[in-house]
Amino acid sequence: MSEKLTAEQVRHVAKLARLACTDEEIAEFTEQLAAILQYVGQLEQVDTADVEPLAHCLPVHNVFRRDEVRPSLTNDQALANAPQRDGEFFAVPKVLDDASA
Amino acid sequence: MNVQTIVGLEIHVQLATRTKLFCGCKLGFGDPPNSNVCPVCLGLPGTLPVMNRTAYEYAVRTALALHCQIARFTKWDRKGYYYPDLPKNYQISQYDLPLSFDGHLEIPLEDGSAKTIRILRAHLEEDAGKNLHEGLDHSRVDLNRTGTPLLEIVTQPDLSDPAECRILAEQLQRLVQYLGVSEANMQEGHMRFEPNINLHITDDDGAEYRTPICEVKNLNSFRALERSVAYEQWRQKQQWQRDHAYTQENHGKQNRGWNDDRGETVFQRAKEEAHDYRYFPEPDLVPIEMDDAWLAEIQASVCELPLARQRRFIEHYGLSAYDAGVLTAARSTAEFFDEAVAARGPAKRVANLITQQGLKIANERGCAVGQIGISAARIGQLAQLIEDGTINASAAAAVFDTMLTDQRDPETIAREHRLIQQSDAAALAVVLAEVLAAHPQAVADVKAGGKKTKKARGFLLGQVMQKTGGQANPQIVNTLLDESLQ
Ligand SMILES: [Zn+2]
Repeated sequence: MSEKLTAEQVRHVAKLARLACTDEEIAEFTEQLAAILQYVGQLEQVDTADVEPLAHCLPVHNVFRRDEVRPSLTNDQALANAPQRDGEFFAVPKVLDDASA
Repeated sequence: MNVQTIVGLEIHVQLATRTKLFCGCKLGFGDPPNSNVCPVCLGLPGTLPVMNRTAYEYAVRTALALHCQIARFTKWDRKGYYYPDLPKNYQISQYDLPLSFDGHLEIPLEDGSAKTIRILRAHLEEDAGKNLHEGLDHSRVDLNRTGTPLLEIVTQPDLSDPAECRILAEQLQRLVQYLGVSEANMQEGHMRFEPNINLHITDDDGAEYRTPICEVKNLNSFRALERSVAYEQWRQKQQWQRDHAYTQENHGKQNRGWNDDRGETVFQRAKEEAHDYRYFPEPDLVPIEMDDAWLAEIQASVCELPLARQRRFIEHYGLSAYDAGVLTAARSTAEFFDEAVAARGPAKRVANLITQQGLKIANERGCAVGQIGISAARIGQLAQLIEDGTINASAAAAVFDTMLTDQRDPETIAREHRLIQQSDAAALAVVLAEVLAAHPQAVADVKAGGKKTKKARGFLLGQVMQKTGGQANPQIVNTLLDESLQ
């Protein structure tokens, strides 16, 4: 990372992650994130000109499962960890559905 | 002024696997909420996804049918997604190495010509669950659908009007149903469309404009797809006419929603922000390598495609384009037709029996034509009886109805119901001689030629039919009439 991370970039990332941060937190995280990026950035010093890009760190491919139904959880089990439920549903603060997969 | 509409289409097709993409939860429609979920699709920490082999093969099968290049090496990526219907906070998808790319699909246009639409890529990804919030102060989340395998197909911007978009979607539905990779049931949301639309406008002074590309999200019917593209055509032109600065350069891309009741699209947000998906290689899934043997195995599972079959029916059997379209709408119908023809049924007769009677009954009963109680072989036999003049078309219709519940061969049924045509020329000649002797005036009219000939001749034929209880073969009687009245 040659350029320094800005508070504006941190705000943008926080927004994309739906996190509400105070100005103090933004300042704090900007510093922390910049330090992390600088640390990881040391990797850029390695000469990788002749190295094939690696898609995965394990030397394994084609791990599949058969298309066979396995038992699911019960509804109560599924909702056991939910902070809030509404009958058989998870209940969450109202979301506006402006995105889709 | 010249206005060109440019549309590219993203289509999500739900694959007809038994289980989800990365876990063994059942794919079910209308099951109780949060009943087909497990730690993997709930996104619980410490769980690992495992790829469904069938889903991958279905995706490759479809890609092959779309004439795509199949990647010999693919990997998986995480796409940032911050909504509660996908609780991992990311969607597993494919970014830079999709499983297939560079294909095409030919679509038949309404004027009878065909157009080739290029396919940019087709890749696998997981679906989200459902957020429900109508009439509530909070949202309810059902994660049954979370992790359902979706094939995302992206076309190049080769479509140029609303009808082409609909036709492509319909062709794709027929294709995936033929391939057996998706039920493509629209009511259950198995196909969803996202058209990207803009206009290329050349003004009278030669100046060129491009209106902002608008992506209409999440359309789930052919009608909504066609209507929304038509609406955008109109809206973008209006907006540009009011303000020539309404361009892609000034406004960028945007997402719009479709309001079906009002028949219009609604601005949702500018696209740049949403575009920051922060793709990231998925460390929990290992890559996939496709070797020749596996590819050949999948290639062998690709059946004759609908449009090719439709053409074969027209060119090889001389069917009308309309009949060929009806017979190839569903793969089961097309195969039934092929089977009946293979059982030595004359093609046009078989086509008539299936389109005029078989499909009608199948539709009433909500089943395939092969399930109405008459085998393809018996349809072939019946068609043969019509062809060789043993029975006439109206008798065939009656025999057909009887065959639904009577498993005997059609000729036996026709005989029992006295529907066999009298084709014995010697016997018919005797009947004709009686008729001619009884009606000298009509005979005279025919022989005289002139205006009364046709009517008199019809009268004589009618008399023969009456005397034989409607069973005389009219062609033979006509020949005999010719001979005796020369
Ligand atoms: Zn699951």
